[in-house]
Amino acid sequence: MTQLTPMLPGPEPMSLRGSPRRRRKERSVHVVLLSAALISILISVGIVYSLVGNAIDFLQKIDLSQLWTTGYFPRRGLFDLKTLFIGSLLITGVALVVAGPIGLGAAIYLSEYASPRMRRICKPILEVLAGIPSVVIGFFALTWIAPNIVQRIFSQSGTFSLAAAGIGVGILIIPIIASVAEDAMRAVPLALREASYGLGARKITTSVRVVLPAAVSGIVAAFILGISRAIGETLVVALAAGGSGGSVFTTDITGPGQTVTAAIASLSFGSDQPAGDDAAFQSLYFLGIILFIFTLLLNLAGDVFVRRTRQHY
Amino acid sequence: MAAAAPPANPASITTLAVERSLASRKRDWLGQVFQVVLLLSLILSLAIIVFLLSNVLGGAWRVWTDRGTDFLTEGGSRQAEAAGVWQGIRGTLTLVGFVVLLAFPIGIASAIYLEEYAPDNTLTKFINVNIRNLTGVPSVVYGLLGLAVFVRTFGLDRNDEGGLTGGKSVISAGLTLAVLVLPIVIITSAEAIRAVPRSIREAGYGVGASRWEVTRMLVLPSAAPGILTGTVLAISRAMGEAAPILLIGANTGFFSSGNQSFVEQLQGTFTALPAVIFGWARETSEFRDVTAAAIFVLLVITVLANGTAVWLRNRFEKQW
Repeated sequence: MTQLTPMLPGPEPMSLRGSPRRRRKERSVHVVLLSAALISILISVGIVYSLVGNAIDFLQKIDLSQLWTTGYFPRRGLFDLKTLFIGSLLITGVALVVAGPIGLGAAIYLSEYASPRMRRICKPILEVLAGIPSVVIGFFALTWIAPNIVQRIFSQSGTFSLAAAGIGVGILIIPIIASVAEDAMRAVPLALREASYGLGARKITTSVRVVLPAAVSGIVAAFILGISRAIGETLVVALAAGGSGGSVFTTDITGPGQTVTAAIASLSFGSDQPAGDDAAFQSLYFLGIILFIFTLLLNLAGDVFVRRTRQHY
Repeated sequence: MAAAAPPANPASITTLAVERSLASRKRDWLGQVFQVVLLLSLILSLAIIVFLLSNVLGGAWRVWTDRGTDFLTEGGSRQAEAAGVWQGIRGTLTLVGFVVLLAFPIGIASAIYLEEYAPDNTLTKFINVNIRNLTGVPSVVYGLLGLAVFVRTFGLDRNDEGGLTGGKSVISAGLTLAVLVLPIVIITSAEAIRAVPRSIREAGYGVGASRWEVTRMLVLPSAAPGILTGTVLAISRAMGEAAPILLIGANTGFFSSGNQSFVEQLQGTFTALPAVIFGWARETSEFRDVTAAAIFVLLVITVLANGTAVWLRNRFEKQW
């Protein structure tokens, strides 16, 4: 065998690895960054651990029949879950009635009809709406929506009502629904619209019969994320639905009521928290874990739908 | 050649119909109505903001003309005409300090790890999914986490008082808010880092830089404007959150702070603007105007933070 290439003098393979000091530094940077990334897992573990531990304590302290009574009055040992669930459901329903059509309408307009200039102006304003703290919307719901909208429609309604809180929560989720749905519709390829116009379809036909069906998973995702946010919303309900202290079972949206989040709020805000190992206090964590699981499932479902739109096109 | 002329078909019924329909000026009434309805829903959602702001502005203006800067420098009070937001402003700024010192370094470091270092394995995927889910957790649940971990586990010693964080204190609230915004910081920073083109990194490796050198000298400076925008979003989120700090035990009423040392203040009673707003919103209607004024102060601080971020981003942003 003949040697094809002469051996050239060059750096030994080992010397290309750099100085040991530099490699040590690289490795320590890697470890530091990895441990920073692991903190986020620690947070999830912390949430689950602190909620589950206390929730189990709570369930052991009470009789399970206390979870199904005539109302939610934690200080008297009545932890009726259906009062809270129906409350959350009613709030979410009202919020969707308000935010669903408005958010979706705004999304269709921004995606299909608006000029680029108009979109450039409107989208940041919608982002401002998304950035308004919920306590501000709560104040607005209590002082303006309740007297000027709810009491005009339902004259028997008082200062506090589930309807006013629901409308407030609806205002909060308009930007979420609008922006996620708009993203989904803009992801629909132009070719589909052009094909539709080529067949002689009108703009409304193209928007409703072509673009909307093509973007349907994204729109479903928009609603799911909106619902998840509505269920988790605390301050608006705590201020405007007026369930501090407790609430009897109610399905009347014109009256006061209580949701899962507002129940946590009314028990724990301010200086009148119940004492440390009280069952009433630990019921907070039980409600917290229910809320956590619900929103987690909704968010996972929303994620699946968002990803489905992305995969399509 | 003579055969170039197209075959002269006699005008069929179809062509006539198409011609007529193209020439006619029939308007699409249904389409017009649809468009107007859509436009109305967009205008409605924008009008809500304008209306809300003008409402707040009205109340704030009345307080301003009555009391001037007095409102900004006074502490809490049971009387509406004497109540001020100074304690709230100070609390909010202290909380933001915690977020800046804790959530930003950890969040940006996590983002660097996920974008530049992480191998494509199960652990990385798990971290990513986990962070996405954390952003969707309701803030009141973070409040419960803070209550269980920072207020009770680290806050109470064996005699049920005065542990590391001082129980219901600024420290507990600051840590909770830092935890709450951490996922937002990570996601926005990771997006900014991802937007830096590959060629920049390859140029760095080509001249023999190590991974950390490429990250520190090339990637981070290029991604800085985007990271900055994300961090400011996180700050304004932290400033507006009321539920977690109320769960931690933020004071919604009046409290006095005498001559305390810095550490004592951090471990002591506290409040912040959202908690002040919540407390006043539940008071009698005499508090309407001061509540609006407090909301105005909170919004001004938020807008200032956002405006600074937009300005800085425009100044340093690069087009690739």
